[in-house]
Amino acid sequence: MRIRLRVNGTERSVEAQDHESLLTVLRDDLRLAGSKNACEQGECGSCSVLMDGELVCACLVLAGAAADREVRTVESLGTMERMHPVQQAFVDAGAVQCGFCTPGFVISTVALLRANPEPSDAEIKEALAGNICRCTGYGKILEAVHRAAGQRV
Amino acid sequence: MTLAPPRTRLRGVVGESAPRSDAPPKTQGSFEYASDLARDGMLHGATVRSPHARARIVRIDTSAARAMPGVVAVLTSADLPTDELFGLMRRDQLVLARGEVRYVGEPVALVAAEDTEQARLATKAVKVEYEPLPAVTDPVAALQSGAPQLHSFGNVIEDVRVVHGDPKAKADIVVSGEYEIGMQDQAPLGPEAGLAIPDADGGVTLHIATQWMHEDLGQIAPCLGLPREKVRLVLAGVGGAFGAREDVTLQIHLCLLALATRKPVRMVYGREESFYGHVHRHPARLWYEHGAKRDGTLVYVRATIVLDGGAYASSSPAVVANAACFGAGPYRVPNAVIHAVGAYTDNPPTGAMRGFGAVQSCFAYEAQMDRLAKALGMDPVELRAKNALRDGDEIITSQPVEGSEPVANLIRRCAAMRSPGEPDTSDPAAMPGGVGNITRGEGVRRGTALAAGFKNVCYSHGFDDYSTARVRLVRERGEPVAYVLTAAAEVGQGIVLVCEQIARSVLEVQRVVVETPNTSIDSAGSSSASRQTWMTGGAVLAACREVRTELERRAKARGRALEDFEVADLLDEPIERTVKHRHRPTEARNETTQNHGHVAFLFAAHRATVDVDVETGLVKVVQVATSQDVGKAINPVAVVGQLEGGIAQGLGLAVMEELQLRDGQIRNASFTDYLLPTMLDMPPVVCDIVEHPHRDAPFGAKGVGEPPTISSTPAIVAAIRAATGRELNRVPVRPDDIVFGTVARSGWRVTPGDDPRKAARTE
Repeated sequence: MRIRLRVNGTERSVEAQDHESLLTVLRDDLRLAGSKNACEQGECGSCSVLMDGELVCACLVLAGAAADREVRTVESLGTMERMHPVQQAFVDAGAVQCGFCTPGFVISTVALLRANPEPSDAEIKEALAGNICRCTGYGKILEAVHRAAGQRV
Repeated sequence: MTLAPPRTRLRGVVGESAPRSDAPPKTQGSFEYASDLARDGMLHGATVRSPHARARIVRIDTSAARAMPGVVAVLTSADLPTDELFGLMRRDQLVLARGEVRYVGEPVALVAAEDTEQARLATKAVKVEYEPLPAVTDPVAALQSGAPQLHSFGNVIEDVRVVHGDPKAKADIVVSGEYEIGMQDQAPLGPEAGLAIPDADGGVTLHIATQWMHEDLGQIAPCLGLPREKVRLVLAGVGGAFGAREDVTLQIHLCLLALATRKPVRMVYGREESFYGHVHRHPARLWYEHGAKRDGTLVYVRATIVLDGGAYASSSPAVVANAACFGAGPYRVPNAVIHAVGAYTDNPPTGAMRGFGAVQSCFAYEAQMDRLAKALGMDPVELRAKNALRDGDEIITSQPVEGSEPVANLIRRCAAMRSPGEPDTSDPAAMPGGVGNITRGEGVRRGTALAAGFKNVCYSHGFDDYSTARVRLVRERGEPVAYVLTAAAEVGQGIVLVCEQIARSVLEVQRVVVETPNTSIDSAGSSSASRQTWMTGGAVLAACREVRTELERRAKARGRALEDFEVADLLDEPIERTVKHRHRPTEARNETTQNHGHVAFLFAAHRATVDVDVETGLVKVVQVATSQDVGKAINPVAVVGQLEGGIAQGLGLAVMEELQLRDGQIRNASFTDYLLPTMLDMPPVVCDIVEHPHRDAPFGAKGVGEPPTISSTPAIVAAIRAATGRELNRVPVRPDDIVFGTVARSGWRVTPGDDPRKAARTE
């Protein structure tokens, strides 16, 4: 089936199989590999994207369900020259090790801070409990979210 | 020539928490991991795996799969170019099974197709007829005489005895116990993945996420029937490793498919396949006996340890040796007998995971130390401190400790660190069960306990362990730039930072570029055994010193000292030096393992505080405090990252993480069913970084990766014991164990120290 969707501000049209997920459309068809493929069953949050502004696991969204929707991936947030405040906070806090979970955490943090610009520890932990990191033990990620809090995201 | 002004201060030298240079692209999604690799026209590989733990392969029919749309190649063992075996420490596995399969998930056939779905469907169309055989899944049973022989050379992978002092020593106070460790998985977030590209010369280039490219190369080339120089490896972005990428998984398969199809082939494991595709931490059964004088002085430790190696050896020989060598803990023990055996079974193969053998025995000996303290009526912290190793003391292999903070200091510092506040029963999220909202604190008990542990750094027992670094200092647009090339795998741990910061400090050059590791340079050894800082950091340090010597020579030739020049002014010609760095030689293991088999030791202590709901058996880890001797923190934030991350994995083993096997079949091969700690599960970690430099290590930095995962697990379980009074002799601790006081029993009677091949059934 042919699907039209808006990805990072650009109209895209892709030919997708019925069973295909938004994640494979992004990664394989649109070559946007920033959304990661770690568990592909919605447990780890590595594929987090914003769909019409709402945080979703791209692996759990059927490609067809993304038709005519607005999708924002990690690639839309910042550039090397002009880092997004959340990305900068992750770099500065030392919250990145292998980095495979990082794009998902960054997107989830953006979604959190848009809804709650000054979250408490408990609110951060609850909001990010759907993202798994195997390297850091989360201490530096928690610190990164606090660093980014209060900034325009 | 004008005299140089005072140099601007360098940012990001040794000792500073410089940000990682690979962090910005990783936050932006532009860092290319192995599973992100793509080439136009590439094919997609997939693997047909055994559904049986042990079976004879009667026949394989690939005709239907070959006829499917998009399928370009189907390979079985009949198509292999050679009969070479592969394997990390023993070459004991065929690239594709022939005649027999030995574990659920063993690769039997390969498919390459034009898209991933065609490849997946084709794997289903490969018809393999099996004749199932009775599987041997109990490692103790596998060791008894009369057990079915799983390999032509028997069921013993490795047999290590440590005999120290008087093997029959007697003591006033004796405590004993049986312990069990479940199968933990490394669960790196990045799945196994790679891209193989056939080269015009008949060779192949493999872009791969791995921990040690040169070891892979040494296994891949013979299996392809190619000379080493026709197989080239390039490190692709690695999404975590923790030991899971020490073994060859899809490397040879990818190269075979690329060579057979003459096209680039990509293969990416899904999560379920990843659980089947890589080795796991060894499950273990341990029988321990400790003897002490009435004043608490340790007299002896005797132990028998059985490690389940699964179907193939992987790194089991070294894991078994570690479990034995470090099996008495970081204490002075004048008399010891430790007998550790690794068994082949029909379970999934096990190998390296962070802590590597030291994890299994630490859980047992630390439980024993608490049991001993209780029998003596002593404070468990004082008992540990009283017996703790200090420089000059011998471990049970007769090797003295050297260049370490006295372990008693780590124990006392850790015990004295600030404690968490009282439990807040008004906030359900802070209670066991969390937002599940299951208690108001009525059944919640708090416990606090401490554990200590240790292991070796670098490779041991005579292994020729080295790393190679090439440093090239050039002038670019008037500025000096240092390019550092090694084959060291950055797997997330931060070796790129270590190399950058060392080069910057020695060369006094701001811009340091760490190049993509590849096999055009000689080996850096593995990103394992906490060794890359010591080894590749050491190689970079040595290469930079040689470059600096050349700078000094050039300055002197112009009649001045180096300090009088801008470095760039001395770089009319680039300077390049390549250095191969070795640690001091270690001795091969002898019959009683009494020798200097290790380079140096890493020590840490952990104190855990837990709240346990005794009614539901749920545990909330409230805080973990740690003191660890790192030698020198090259990048303190990165060190804290290693401590916190390692503790998270230790917490996982303590209360959550276990691959559950039934008849050799993994029953929870997903992130839904294999529980990993989330942000809600991780407590605050209080880190006390102790810097007692080792003279042989670069800037004294000894390596930090593994100790956090060794004694954190026993500390958490001891805290649960303190809260509940339960015995808890196995990890991970399950709610049933807390509520009902379940005790794990192997069903085998073993006298600690005896040969487990003479075990008797308890029934």
